[in-house]
Amino acid sequence: MTTSTDVRATPAPERQKRRHNPITWVQRGGLTTLLFLLPLLIIFGVFSWSPIVQAVIMSFQKTNLVTPPIFVGWDNFVAVFNDPLFWTAVRNTAYFAFLAILIGYPVPLVVAVLMSEVRRFKGLFSVLAYLPVVILPVVSVLLWKIFYDAGPTGVFNTILGWFHIPPQPWIQDAATAMPSLVLQATWAGAGGTIIIYLAAMTSVAPELYDAAEVDGASLWAKIWHVTLPQLRGILFITFILQIIATAQVFLQPYLFTGGGPANSTTTILLLIYQYAFTNSLGGAYGEATALSLMLAVFLAVLSIVYFRLTARWSDQ
Amino acid sequence: MKSVKPRRLGSKVVALGLVTAASVAMLSACSSDNGGSSDGKVNLVVAPVLPGATEDALTTLATRVKEFEKKNPDIHVKAIEYQWTASTFAAELAGGTLPDVFNVPFTDSKTLANNGQLADITTPFKQTSTADKWNKTVLNVATGDNGKVYGIPWGPYAMALSYNRDIFKQAGLDPDKPPTTLDEIQADAKTISEKVPGVAGYMQMTKDSTGGWNLATATQALGGRLETTGSDGKVTVKTDNDQTKQALSWLQKMRWQDNSMGSNFLWDWSGINQGFASGKIAMYMSGSDVVGSLMQANGFDQSKYGVTTFPVDSSNSKAGILSGGNVDVVNVKDTPEQIAAAVKWIDFYRTQPQVNESDAVTLAKSNQAGKQAVNAPTLPLFDKATWQQYQTWIKPYANIPADNLKPFNDGIFSQTIVPEPPAHTQDLYAALDAVVQAVLTDKNADVDTLLKGVDTKVQALIDADAKK
Repeated sequence: MTTSTDVRATPAPERQKRRHNPITWVQRGGLTTLLFLLPLLIIFGVFSWSPIVQAVIMSFQKTNLVTPPIFVGWDNFVAVFNDPLFWTAVRNTAYFAFLAILIGYPVPLVVAVLMSEVRRFKGLFSVLAYLPVVILPVVSVLLWKIFYDAGPTGVFNTILGWFHIPPQPWIQDAATAMPSLVLQATWAGAGGTIIIYLAAMTSVAPELYDAAEVDGASLWAKIWHVTLPQLRGILFITFILQIIATAQVFLQPYLFTGGGPANSTTTILLLIYQYAFTNSLGGAYGEATALSLMLAVFLAVLSIVYFRLTARWSDQ
Repeated sequence: MKSVKPRRLGSKVVALGLVTAASVAMLSACSSDNGGSSDGKVNLVVAPVLPGATEDALTTLATRVKEFEKKNPDIHVKAIEYQWTASTFAAELAGGTLPDVFNVPFTDSKTLANNGQLADITTPFKQTSTADKWNKTVLNVATGDNGKVYGIPWGPYAMALSYNRDIFKQAGLDPDKPPTTLDEIQADAKTISEKVPGVAGYMQMTKDSTGGWNLATATQALGGRLETTGSDGKVTVKTDNDQTKQALSWLQKMRWQDNSMGSNFLWDWSGINQGFASGKIAMYMSGSDVVGSLMQANGFDQSKYGVTTFPVDSSNSKAGILSGGNVDVVNVKDTPEQIAAAVKWIDFYRTQPQVNESDAVTLAKSNQAGKQAVNAPTLPLFDKATWQQYQTWIKPYANIPADNLKPFNDGIFSQTIVPEPPAHTQDLYAALDAVVQAVLTDKNADVDTLLKGVDTKVQALIDADAKK
């Protein structure tokens, strides 16, 4: 019987040799591990990694998915950069991200802090906050589309009418369309983040609050000096996750406006979709994958830079 | 210890077997069937009904499927819902999720055929009774450059003005005297929006490439062309032309001066049909056969429906009405048996009722019983005499009041039919969507700059093709 003592007693080169011995590997259950890993490897390989690799290859090709593809070098990337809609999409996506951070980032935090202060019906508030996340995204967008009806009889316009505010165009005007999409996205996504914050708040040591109270700290001072510093790790993570999510916004512009009015809500992901699928005769799959690759690289670089920059603060 | 090892190995083998079987099962679930069935029948998935079709429409379809299977006991037909849209078709085609028989518009069938994306149906098509009867111009849309046939056309239509007769009456307008000029449409739209609150007097489609489609119709009706083909075959995009600007200016006046286009401006084909069927829109531009879809998918009461020709500028010899139609095509992945069965189905479902009295009457009765459009206005598929003969056969079963269709049927044969722009049509339409949307949502939209942008964008695509 092989014991741990035997292994320790073996000289280093010998140990190295034995570790790479296939028979030892099998005897130690390597085969079983591999076998149980196999379904996962196949599924990831077929459905995730293979499409990613194919997409990278396709970004350097011109193809209609029927006839043999032609290698075109960097042409697809050049075509994307020369498309005026690309810069429109970049601006729109940045605008969406900015609004989503401005509105969508503080809202869950404020709600979570308020909810943590609530003594009664905490469960009910949690359910109400999380409910929009449970509703299917497509269903909620279609519902909000009805709410956003720009006529005086639209749901939101009727409510505004009670306060003598004139009907708003909501998604029917280039100026108000994007904020309207952000509003719905915030409503739909806030619940998940609230739950994360609430969970994180339970890990804050109660002694810190007690000490703050002894020092005569107000509610605001407790939040500012205790809660937020304790949550900073989570806050950094949710911030970068939100940027990544907003950079990939698709559902809202696709279902609400189709990128309109007049391309005012055409985002990068919607543009990728339009490259690939708007033309019923076969899209510009090369341009679509090239732009996808550019977005992926940008987000990866952004994430790395962000974590480098915030590493010091997170570790404190 | 040793005695344990074989047992452990045995359990590993069992686990391996289970895991491998599960993996294989998962992967095999992704593969499609080969069209054959265990009872020797040919399986065929057809898609002749719109998503959200009414119960009546589905019952009518089920009856027709039974009739077909009775005539062809060796074919098993499964009918599913399907709607061609520009933005979903390419995904379905690339993803291989299209059924065995599906329809595409006239604008797409030839290119798809030349790209090798449709099944060659020449041999079974030649065996149909109408093979030699086809109007060559119509059949040309489904014929590849190699002379082979890749689809069977049906339901050719002209663009028309649909209107809600009830709303006309509410606004004090005579539904039997619909507008005949763009100015009259504008005036009637203004009257309607003033007298019937909450209703858009007139609206056009703006989304999913339909904005460009409607703008192309208005442009050509005024005598303009979005694309011109030179003697050398070179196509030049010229959306920045007088007639397109006139059509946009007409929309601008209705939107910003008269406020007669309602409050919502993002409409695709099915959306505007819903808007019209729910009484939010009084008049809109669409294909002359759209009442069939309104009844099938929106349960629209056809007694309220009125249709007239879209006004064509009689002072301009180049002015004409844009036409279109559908082509039933067969999945390129189908087996020869499935292709033969598919052609039999298309011939049975689409063509025979046009030329065979017994089939025409059976279909008309079935549609009448299922509250589906019997006499939706279309253009001749073969020739005018055959079309008139068909109209006579179905007349006893017609369920759309003839008077409601009279303004269209009386006027359409005096209008010149003009085909759609020839090159990168869907790209052109998609680019024009944004222009139409801008005009309807921005009072100060710079039409000249927007149209020049479309010209540059689409011309670049056409020029890129020329370099290949």
